[in-house]
Amino acid sequence: MASGLARRIISGGSLFRQLAAVTGLWLAFTAGTAGAQETERSGKLLLTGGVSSIEGAGGGGLAPWALITAYGAAGQVGANLHATVAELPDYQFRSGGIALGLQDRLELSYARQSFDTGATGARLGLGQGFTFRQDVLGAKLRVLGDAVYDQDRWKPQVAIGAQWKSNDQPGVIAAIGGRDHEGVDYYVAATKILLDHSLLLNGTVRATRANQGGLLGFGGDRNDDYSLQFEGSAGVLLNKRLLVGAEYRTKPDNLGFAQEDDWFDLFAAYALNKNLSITAAYADLGDIATFEDQRGLYLSIQAGF
Amino acid sequence: MRTIFGLTLGALLVLTSTAVAQPAPWARPGEEPIDPYAVTDANAGAEPLAEGAVFEAFGGAEGVSRIIDDLVDRSVIDPRLEEIFKPTDLVRLRRTLKEQVCFILGGPCAYTGRDMASSHKDLGVTTAEFNALVENLQGAMDAAGVPFRAQNRLLAKLAPMKGDVVER
Repeated sequence: MASGLARRIISGGSLFRQLAAVTGLWLAFTAGTAGAQETERSGKLLLTGGVSSIEGAGGGGLAPWALITAYGAAGQVGANLHATVAELPDYQFRSGGIALGLQDRLELSYARQSFDTGATGARLGLGQGFTFRQDVLGAKLRVLGDAVYDQDRWKPQVAIGAQWKSNDQPGVIAAIGGRDHEGVDYYVAATKILLDHSLLLNGTVRATRANQGGLLGFGGDRNDDYSLQFEGSAGVLLNKRLLVGAEYRTKPDNLGFAQEDDWFDLFAAYALNKNLSITAAYADLGDIATFEDQRGLYLSIQAGF
Repeated sequence: MRTIFGLTLGALLVLTSTAVAQPAPWARPGEEPIDPYAVTDANAGAEPLAEGAVFEAFGGAEGVSRIIDDLVDRSVIDPRLEEIFKPTDLVRLRRTLKEQVCFILGGPCAYTGRDMASSHKDLGVTTAEFNALVENLQGAMDAAGVPFRAQNRLLAKLAPMKGDVVER
């Protein structure tokens, strides 16, 4: 499985391959400066920007959090690249992107997602290796509170955000009953770190019309309206570098041809230092386009600078 | 006339404060004189932990003392904190930090230092510098073998002080 995954990462889409190469370079660079990690210049504490979620925003694996990505504190700018792959029984999901955190206040992100149907494409009548691609532009603004410093009150850090999504397969989306190949998600996220208990909690409410996050378009024959969905994450800090936890993300069910399920994962996010973190997860994405029980390994690498 | 009065008043104030700045009974040899202030545990900026387990995990007052010495040793050579620590009375800083942490962890210590807002006034501490100090503290606690969860109990008490410490 692991070697297969590595091979798939290397043989993945060209953008993904470039990201993997950049990440590799960064890995080599940071390995050379590992001795400096005790006096890292960037101003935020480890993991306090979250990791890169599948839509490119700082968060967990599946949900955006209220934390602003990267390690730029007030008066600083942080940035990171990410590359993610999820190996499912009948599909492969890949994502690569870049994100900026400005002043620990505003986050801007871009992610390019690929949903590769592989051999399943032929069985769906789309053709072998048919791949949906989606661009996701994200913006997130911290509006209230501070998840890290407000340890003497219950008030969480709250952020509002939007994700503009554009899918490159309008024809297929129309054929399966989807209404649009573009859409915007809006969300409010609240994150609280309970240092007293070494806990991180997040709740996100998202208004969306997206089918499978937009990979199967927006709106559908069964429902074309926005609906409110909930995304919850909980994690335990085992040490300052390692956060383990679980996430749950509810989803709309807009398309008549196939049932859409909620997403769930168990994750471990490990920050080697402020330049490099790795997230591994067991993800259960449920049924996707009539193929049932899409469960598999999710692996994401984030290189920051 | 008003100017002369102001100058005289200013000179008087300087003289008075210098005259009153006798070393406090708890000051260590080598500490620089400091203007008088009201001494109270409330200046520590946090309520002490009720149970003793965390204080024990730190190795008691001796453990706290070693950790604070290590923290200050790390911070004075930290390029991120140079500007803050260079002009600081380190003898006094070590003593008051030890008192403060010992008090907050529920140890048998009184805090005799100033409150966080006045002791950091005009230092121009940034969020990044505040976090750098936290990282050095984490390093010192790691080196002393303090369990991660006990470390976070202390950090949870210190984190809200950011509002009084950070000025820009």
